[in-house]
Amino acid sequence: MSMTHHAEPAVSTPPAPGRKESDGRTKQRPLALRLLARPEVGVFLGAVAVYVFFLIAAPPVRDGSSMANILYQSSTIGIMALPVALLMIGGEFDLSAGVAVITSALTASMLSYQLTMNVWLGVIVALLVSLGIGFLNGWMVVRTGLPSFLITLGTFLILQGVNLAVTKLVTTNVATDDISDMDGFGQAKKIFASSFDVGGVQVKITIVYWLVFAAIATWVLLRTKYGNWIFAVGGNKESARAVGVPVTFTKISLFMLVGFGAWFVGMHQLFTFNTVQSGEGVGQELIYISAAVIGGCLLTGGAGSAIGPVFGAFMFGMVQQGIVYAGWNPDWFKAFLGVMLLGAVLINLWVQRTATRR
Amino acid sequence: MDSSSPFRSSRIAPVVAMAAAVALTLAGCSSSSGGKKSEESADGASAGKASTPQMTVALVTHQSPGDTFWDIVRKGAEAAAAKDNVKLVYSADPNAGNQANLIQNAIDQKVDGIAVTLAKPDALKDVIAKAKTAKIPVVGLNSGVSEWKNLGLMEFFGQDETVAGEALGNRLNSEGAKKAVCVIQEQGNIGLTQRCAGVKKTFSGTTETLYVNGTDMPSVKSTITAKLSQDKAIDYVVTLGAPFALTAVQSKSDAGSKAKIATFDLNKDLTSAIDKGTIEFAVDQQPYLQGYLAIDSLWLYKNNGNYMGGGEQPVLTGPAFVDKTNVDAVASFAAKGTR
Repeated sequence: MSMTHHAEPAVSTPPAPGRKESDGRTKQRPLALRLLARPEVGVFLGAVAVYVFFLIAAPPVRDGSSMANILYQSSTIGIMALPVALLMIGGEFDLSAGVAVITSALTASMLSYQLTMNVWLGVIVALLVSLGIGFLNGWMVVRTGLPSFLITLGTFLILQGVNLAVTKLVTTNVATDDISDMDGFGQAKKIFASSFDVGGVQVKITIVYWLVFAAIATWVLLRTKYGNWIFAVGGNKESARAVGVPVTFTKISLFMLVGFGAWFVGMHQLFTFNTVQSGEGVGQELIYISAAVIGGCLLTGGAGSAIGPVFGAFMFGMVQQGIVYAGWNPDWFKAFLGVMLLGAVLINLWVQRTATRR
Repeated sequence: MDSSSPFRSSRIAPVVAMAAAVALTLAGCSSSSGGKKSEESADGASAGKASTPQMTVALVTHQSPGDTFWDIVRKGAEAAAAKDNVKLVYSADPNAGNQANLIQNAIDQKVDGIAVTLAKPDALKDVIAKAKTAKIPVVGLNSGVSEWKNLGLMEFFGQDETVAGEALGNRLNSEGAKKAVCVIQEQGNIGLTQRCAGVKKTFSGTTETLYVNGTDMPSVKSTITAKLSQDKAIDYVVTLGAPFALTAVQSKSDAGSKAKIATFDLNKDLTSAIDKGTIEFAVDQQPYLQGYLAIDSLWLYKNNGNYMGGGEQPVLTGPAFVDKTNVDAVASFAAKGTR
């Protein structure tokens, strides 16, 4: 476990040569092995392989706007995969993350529409609702000591039902009303769902948020006390508590972070598509979790990174869109994805075992 | 426990924020355009109420939750039930085995009639036979136009998906389209596959099928974008549901494509898109009518012994084309979520 704490972000900056430990107590293993032991290296290599593969197989991928599209798809998964990954490093996971996105979008949309309020009111209340759901998930997990699988399976079902029933009750339809002509919509769209021009290519703003969030998460994980707490509670809750880590705070805040992510992606969807169908989002939680796992986060907690899930999400986007760019039969997409997931996990396992063997 | 954790203070935060939100509300940040206030308060179709004794009818569909299409079917059924003094028992499950159980449940309740969708007819064969043994009339709606007679159903209300697809294919020919992509939002759904097959049959240009993940709109959007940039020859996008058509409009602009967009099925946002010209036309199978007629037919059978379609032919509710020429007549009903 200790390997996850002090290692540098190995992917982007290879350590300077000649930095050898000389006191003889520990024998430094070769650089290549140390690199391979990092959880995100496997997925980085995997992402590169998938990228190169499609670069060769699908000529349209070489185009800048295609890459922008692939990254957009990746970012909508990736923004959620980040908090989901942090939560997994902290030893828990959240099955309600997919429908929570829709809950947030529905809340914002219906509240502003029904009360004929500036949409920002809906956006703010939706944030509170999302954080509240995260808090509740975390609080129940900490208080009951039950596996988060059970607790969040419960909230998943509750939210799925509430999404549908409340939407129907309030709007008498199962989709929300179009709010695109309401006050504040334009501003909110600029923030959550705009795009900008880079050399003639339209780039979606979610890509920027995704990378910024990933950078912040990496910094938090590796350089702050809170980051240490996350690893500690995921590694061993009891010993973490014994050394003074606020376990309850850490876990609940991680669930709330997932809530924040759900709010953010939910707002993106609302301000991109103007309306929301209440049945969406089911199944997305597994995609977020898969992206985190492909990215090297252990289901058992205590290990992982924030940069890994970025590559994990990129692999999802790359494969999903790559198949289309290549003009192949997408019947096989899910099977391909499953093979990729298993492959990534097995490679991670093998690489880490090989690399950490003395 | 660590109830004295740093968390305690931030429990106050939501309360403070909520208070702020309320304050904002009071400060009058109401929207000057759109919203509930601008929505017309239109009443639903109402034609009095039958004086016949109350009967109970079960409507069992393969709806997946939260889909705008099925909501319209249900509204039609509810309107007929209200008019006919029928107690409507609605249940749905996309899994065929579960749907069969729901039909069994209706038989056990000794309802006076059952309306079912036949998305997976083979799985429902046995339970429909049981309903016949129990002398409960069964009618079909929406899907199963080729199967309903074999299963011994009394009547059927819906559109022939292949016929609807063929009609759309013909329409594409008259629009002068050369290459169409047919977007399927749910892999393995027979009705959706039949629509695209129908389009392919009559369309004189080339068609391709594109699968998208219907529960994830951003993914739908980028997949259609990808397809449009991969194949610049595509000049028509055909979607199989209204929300996906609206998303395709965004994909089109993202991909810088000139393709036109047509769709199956309708909802209220789609009518305004047709009005604005961002979507060319929709093939409407009139889901409201399917739900309405299914319930009304059971009432008519019980009270007057009638068979719609003469007991021989299905009653077709589509394909009805909605385009710029007739969208005005439909829009006000679509706004209520019934068309």
